Parts: sequence; structure tokens; C-alpha cells
Amino acid sequence: MFKSRANSVLRLTTPFKVLVQRFTFLALVGTALGLMVVGRADVRFVEQARIAAVDAVAPILDALSRPAATISQTVDRVQGLIALDRENTLLKQQNNRLKRWRNVALQLETENRELQKLLNFVPSSALSFISARVISDSGGAFARSMLINSGSRDGIREGQIAVTGDGLVGRVGGVGQRSSRILLITDINSRIPVVTETSQSRAILAGDNSDRPQLAHLSSVARVSVGERIVTSGHGGAFPPGLPVGQVISVAEGDIRIQPFVDMSRMEYVRAVEFGLDGFLPMARGSGGGEVKP
Amino acid sequence: MLWSRLDLVARSLTPMAITLLLAVISVLPMQIPSFGAVSPVLSLMAVYYWSIFRPDLMPSVAVFGAGLFQDILSGTPLGAFALVFLLVRLTVVSRRRFFIGNSFVVMWWGFMLVAVGSQALVWEITSLLSMTLISPSGVAFQVFLTLSLFPCFAWLFFRAQQAFLRQS
Repeated sequence: MFKSRANSVLRLTTPFKVLVQRFTFLALVGTALGLMVVGRADVRFVEQARIAAVDAVAPILDALSRPAATISQTVDRVQGLIALDRENTLLKQQNNRLKRWRNVALQLETENRELQKLLNFVPSSALSFISARVISDSGGAFARSMLINSGSRDGIREGQIAVTGDGLVGRVGGVGQRSSRILLITDINSRIPVVTETSQSRAILAGDNSDRPQLAHLSSVARVSVGERIVTSGHGGAFPPGLPVGQVISVAEGDIRIQPFVDMSRMEYVRAVEFGLDGFLPMARGSGGGEVKP
Repeated sequence: MLWSRLDLVARSLTPMAITLLLAVISVLPMQIPSFGAVSPVLSLMAVYYWSIFRPDLMPSVAVFGAGLFQDILSGTPLGAFALVFLLVRLTVVSRRRFFIGNSFVVMWWGFMLVAVGSQALVWEITSLLSMTLISPSGVAFQVFLTLSLFPCFAWLFFRAQQAFLRQS
């Protein structure tokens, strides 16, 4: 069967056929280049098209991502059993420490309530969140985003903030019917207004596709030290203030690196939180687009 | 008659199906620390292999589609992998007789050149489009991982070729 096919192919390999093939090839190369230009010019349109395509394969990704998670959980459980005794001691110590912190927190809560009453303070709007499973990892070194198995039908909206219990993960970039893309804080297009917790220096957290995003446009370099916590500043209105982001891991000449609190490679679930913020950062519009000067 | 025709069509879709499946697998969350950043470009292996052994079943349109699918899933600029896969096909198809006639090591060596070249090109495109320099170390490690895994996948492709496309 294949032999006869090969023969017919040979017979058809006339100059005309070659010409058609060359034209097809060039047309496809042109289409690819055109897509890049359009993708650069109209980010939202391309992202919508992209997420619509992802929607079609989302169930497959969802199903296939489960075995990997199960294997990982089993490994974790076995490791946990081995380290059970040591872990127990550690947890007891931690529990004692946390109990003390709880008392402190309760005290502060009461104090805060009293002070707010004194000031007639209006608390920020109530937030709602949607939990979703991560169904795709960032594919390779060129982009840091992940797909989740919830979309517009579950209440996911563009601009919602993705967090885990540890801290900030990123924000919802594209929304499909049943899947969405989260732009991670490590992505090259991510620019987040942040503030250092103790020295209160404003900066922009700029992703560069590495595991450790850079602290750029810092208002006062001298005061930042290794180990300092970084939280969102709330400037620009896209992120609420005070979300834990990471801590300073290295301070070099003009290059301050942050280790995010969230381990992006071990995430199985994220929460997309609706903070009721309208501040829309035109994300992924190249380096300049999403940037908000501190 | 219809059945054998259907069978033939299904068999001839094997290379494309494998390529798409590998694109999906390469973005699955493996829950391994930092793996997402360096996960191997599995679909590139398939494009390379099938361009050598069955370019008739891996036409330019299919290669373009596979690249676009890779772009959609992995979040790279749309068209980046589509362009690179097309160029890989162009480069490899004209030299396929050389690869078929030589040992596997030669094919592996050829894949090294293709992998380095194509990842460098995607790196340039992405850096250019985002106007930021992407750290090259992650890309280098990704190439290294892709290269080291190539023999395993080439063996799987070979088995698939034996199983589904033996008549040729």
C-alpha cells in the first residue's frame, strides 16, 4: 500500500509540485513571522485565541496531570514516614512557637479593632476566591506561566490574583471557558510594584524567566539587606498591598534577587482571589507595558 | 477496502500524533523542583526524527501546526516554535539520506546541532519580542536535557515506526 503511494508521489514530483511545496513553505514561514508581529501588537487578542485553543485540550491536560501529582504525593508520603520522628519533634517546637504568636495576633486583632473604631476606618472590600488545580507547568525556559483547570464558567476573571498559603504566585492573564493562564511573578513580562517590609523602599519586582526575579527601580538601594521580606505595595491598583512575595536572597551591584515564598514547581493547587481591584495592568505588553514606576 | 484505507490513514497519522502528544507531556506539572524551567523540548525530537525517516508523513503544514501547538501550550510567542520547527524540517530533510545511511551517533550529533540552533533561535526571538535578555543558563540546561534524553525517545520512535509504519 505504501509502495504504491511512494510511486504516485514520485510521479507527481514535477517541477510544478516542487513549486507548490516551496510556496507552501514560504507561506507558512510568513504566517509564523506574522503571528509574532500580531502577538506583539495585539496582546489581548492573541492571548484570547491562545486560551481558546488551550480550552480544547484542557481536559486532556487535567487527566494527564493527575498521575504525576499522585506519584509525587506517594513519594512525599514515603519520605514523610521515614522522617516521622524528627518531624514530630520539629512540629511540636513549631507548635509552641505558633501558640505564642497566636496570642500576640489575638491581642493585636483586638487592639486593631479598637483603633479602627476610634478612627472610623472603612475596611477593604470582602474578597472571594476560587481554588483550581494546576494542569500545566511552565513549558521551558522561555515563558513562566501555568494553566489551571478553571475558567470563566467557574468565576475566574482576568486580573485576579493567584496565591497559595505561602504567598503571591502571579495573576490571571488569559481566561477561557474551562481553563485559564496564570502569569507567574517570575515571567519575563511580569512587573509588580513591591515594597521592602522593614526599610519600606519601593521597587518593581521584574521577572526574567529565572527562578529568582530581580528587584528593579529601587528607591533606596543602600538600605536593602539579604533576608528582608518583600510584599506588594498596591501601587498601580493591580495588586492589593501587603501580599507576601518573597525575600531578598542576594544583593549585588545593581542586581538584587528575590527568592519567592512560593515554590512554583511544587504547586498543585492555587487560589485565584478577587480583590475587587479594577486597576488593570496591561500585562505581557513587553517590558514597558505592565510597568508602574514606583 | 474502506477499512484498510482508514487503517492506512490512521497509521500515517502516527508521527503527527506522537509529536502532539509529546508537546502535551512536556508541559505537564511533574512536581520536580525547577523542572518546569528546563523541561526538555520533546516535540523537537519528534520533528527531527520524523523529518529524517518519514518526511512524507510530516509535511511542512504538520510541522507548522506542531510548532504552533507547542507555542500555545508553553506560552512562548505565537509563531516562535512554528518558525523554528519549519526551519528544522528544511535543514534536516535535505540531508536525510546522510543520516539514514550512517550510525545512530551521527544522528545524535545532528540532533545536537539542530537542538542548539533551534533553542538559540527561540531564545533570540523571545528575548527580542519581550525586549529583555532571558537568562541563557536555563536555555542551555534545557538543551542539555533534551540532548541526553534523545536516545530514549529515538528508540521509542523507532519502535513506533516498526509497529505502525512497517510496510514502508
